[in-house]
Amino acid sequence: MSDTLIKMIFGRLSLESLPLHEPIVVATFAGVALGGIALVGALTYFRLWGYLWKEWFTTVDHKRIGIMYMVLGLVMLLRGFADAIMMRLQQSMAFGANEGYLNAHHYDQIFTAHGVIMIFFVAMPFVTGLMNFVVPLQIGARDVSFPFLNNFSFWMTAAGAALVMASLFIGEFARTGWLAMAPLSGLDYSPDVGVDYYIWALQIAGVGTLLSGVNLVATIVKMRAPGMGLMKMPVFTWTALATNILIVAAFPVLTAVLAMLSLDRYVGTQFFTNTGGGNPMMYVNMIWIWGHPEVYILILPAFGIFSEVTSTFSGKRLFGYTSMVYAVLVITILSYLVWLHHFFTMGSGASVNSFFGITTMIISIPTGAKIFNWLFTMYKGRIRFELPMMWTIAFMLTFVIGGMTGVLLAVPPADFVLHNSLFLVAHFHNVIIGGVLFGLFAGINYWWPKAFGFKLDKKWGLVSFWCWVVGFWVAFTPLYVLGLMGVTRRLRHFEDPSLQIWFVVAAIGAAIIAVGIAAFLLQIFVSIRNREALKDESGDPWNARTLEWATSSPPPAYNFAFTPIIHDLDAWYDMKAKKAERPVTGYLPIHMPSNTGAGIILAGFSLVCGFAMIWYIWWLAAASFLGLIVMAIAHTFNYDRDFYITAEEVTETENARTQVLARLGA
Amino acid sequence: MSADTHGHAGHHHGHGHDHGHDAPHSTRGGYITGFLLSVVLTAIPFGIVMGGWIADTRVAVAICAALAMVQIVVHMIYFLHMNSKSEQGWTLMALIFTAIIVVIALTGSLWVMYNMNLNMMPGMASGAGM
Repeated sequence: MSDTLIKMIFGRLSLESLPLHEPIVVATFAGVALGGIALVGALTYFRLWGYLWKEWFTTVDHKRIGIMYMVLGLVMLLRGFADAIMMRLQQSMAFGANEGYLNAHHYDQIFTAHGVIMIFFVAMPFVTGLMNFVVPLQIGARDVSFPFLNNFSFWMTAAGAALVMASLFIGEFARTGWLAMAPLSGLDYSPDVGVDYYIWALQIAGVGTLLSGVNLVATIVKMRAPGMGLMKMPVFTWTALATNILIVAAFPVLTAVLAMLSLDRYVGTQFFTNTGGGNPMMYVNMIWIWGHPEVYILILPAFGIFSEVTSTFSGKRLFGYTSMVYAVLVITILSYLVWLHHFFTMGSGASVNSFFGITTMIISIPTGAKIFNWLFTMYKGRIRFELPMMWTIAFMLTFVIGGMTGVLLAVPPADFVLHNSLFLVAHFHNVIIGGVLFGLFAGINYWWPKAFGFKLDKKWGLVSFWCWVVGFWVAFTPLYVLGLMGVTRRLRHFEDPSLQIWFVVAAIGAAIIAVGIAAFLLQIFVSIRNREALKDESGDPWNARTLEWATSSPPPAYNFAFTPIIHDLDAWYDMKAKKAERPVTGYLPIHMPSNTGAGIILAGFSLVCGFAMIWYIWWLAAASFLGLIVMAIAHTFNYDRDFYITAEEVTETENARTQVLARLGA
Repeated sequence: MSADTHGHAGHHHGHGHDHGHDAPHSTRGGYITGFLLSVVLTAIPFGIVMGGWIADTRVAVAICAALAMVQIVVHMIYFLHMNSKSEQGWTLMALIFTAIIVVIALTGSLWVMYNMNLNMMPGMASGAGM
């Protein structure tokens, strides 16, 4: 075959695209391939494909989609953490004559992939997963507003993650840092496929994120149970509302800026070039207009989780509910007014820098108010130190430090010293691990029994907890010190041997965190094995206060046989206090949405389309895009959208529950 | 889909899927008014540009931009049937929020980039300017 024909068929893709010259990648690939074959083999052997397809992949049940988001987040956490520990290892050994074990080309991909994966494919799926699972239950709804869209959103996010994973073995990932700043990400400086992987992974996952944001906003606004006015909404639902509003408003900016970057790369526009009249500073400006709200998108749901947990485990109504809600709303607006603090040093001058420095300091006020609300909720409470509460307390201690270093960085003159240093790296890990991740672990431990009907093992939970908290401080305190000494981020090799000890300590911290992650996996494994002993049949293992605990664990597909009527903020606590009778007769058929494979098929087409665009395989891109459109239209002709769960079936399910409750009560 | 499944919950605060009764109904008169206004609001800028009615470019651009704004409002009122009461005020709230965010992003970017440009080294400003 002629070269042109091969080029036409395979685009840029050739055998040289496989990173066979990187032994680490080859070994990883071998491991992943073997693991993958083992998994596929096991699924086939146990005949689970049909079950997975029917019950999970095509499901429109918000609870199952939520759980799939969590699985995605967990898998990607392992990948992102593998990147982290490789960086820590490299930096702890690459001093003087020792070049370490990673070449620059590989190292640059690793720090980029670490950031991208941890934000877009770990934190986002975890946050979205928890919101998906919890919010409809908390507001007494049967599902989200658009159940099919929910399934589609999940698969688009998964498709984005798949593209990032593919870049490990086919071609390479971006070497630009997690925001792919122009002009480095332009065609002149990054001619390879790395940045294209970055663009398409984020664009495809971004569709999922945006649609899931729309979905949850509509759900919260439209589908609350009767009586649940806005000021009777649980705090987690409030933070979910704020987060999804932020998603809907902020993600289009990311989409637009990445679209302009791809135009620069694909069709020769000059939005962000240095030479053709473009302005790379505009890229920095625009991506941070999305980027700053993004960090609040992540942290607000975590604040919601801490509020629920503190109130439940202190046995008290949340202190200052109203102020909490207003703090969330103030943060929502203010998060759009601080983006320039990410680039004080770019040179906007004193007046602009002062404005954004001051707004940044102002945003710490509502955040600080929340800390006091949690403390006052605990004050004189009967605190139970279960795992979610432990994570919450660790969060308060850790996050306050991270918040303070953040305010320090908000002072422009200080930022000129610390910008792009390891101090900054330590700061944002301090708030993202200490805030978002601790919140997610609190949430996972808190809501696990609701999702599966048994609690998580406490012993391994404590091991994981202590390893994470201690490991975090051991890993990141040295980075604060190094940052103050002037060490910049993203370095692969150092000359000054006196710095090495700090990096060694940081690597030890990362190793402790690795034990924490292993203990978390063990915790899940042990809990599944001991699920009979850890079983909770009451549906309310923590003596909690909000509506999701009113139904059984795991909840039936329809969540609530009768839509509850809300009289108080802590609706379930109110029902328990008033000894509200659970209705045991008069069940009606329940109208439910049907499962559909359209979401996964559409996302599959998107994945192929993205891959083809990355490798310039134009015919495949066109074909898969056409497939996408045809499938989307075909799906509109699918009239098998809904079905009824019969009254008999509901009666059967609910009677079983009535008997369990009677046995527990007796 | 499941909004319908939820319908038996009845009327109460926060549930708006009995939509229609609080949204203004579309009338032929409304559409015609909207259409005529849109035509006029489009014709004027078209004339300004093509006919060269106004010599000063900056004034012409300003007028076109202002008419575009009015056009947006006309579309929202006559074609999207928005008013302060539709969907229990959520539509208006969403609109105000959107406007705030758009204004922040646009004016903020202009302000930031203008100052960036101002602080460029003299030789560089032309090459990498906005």
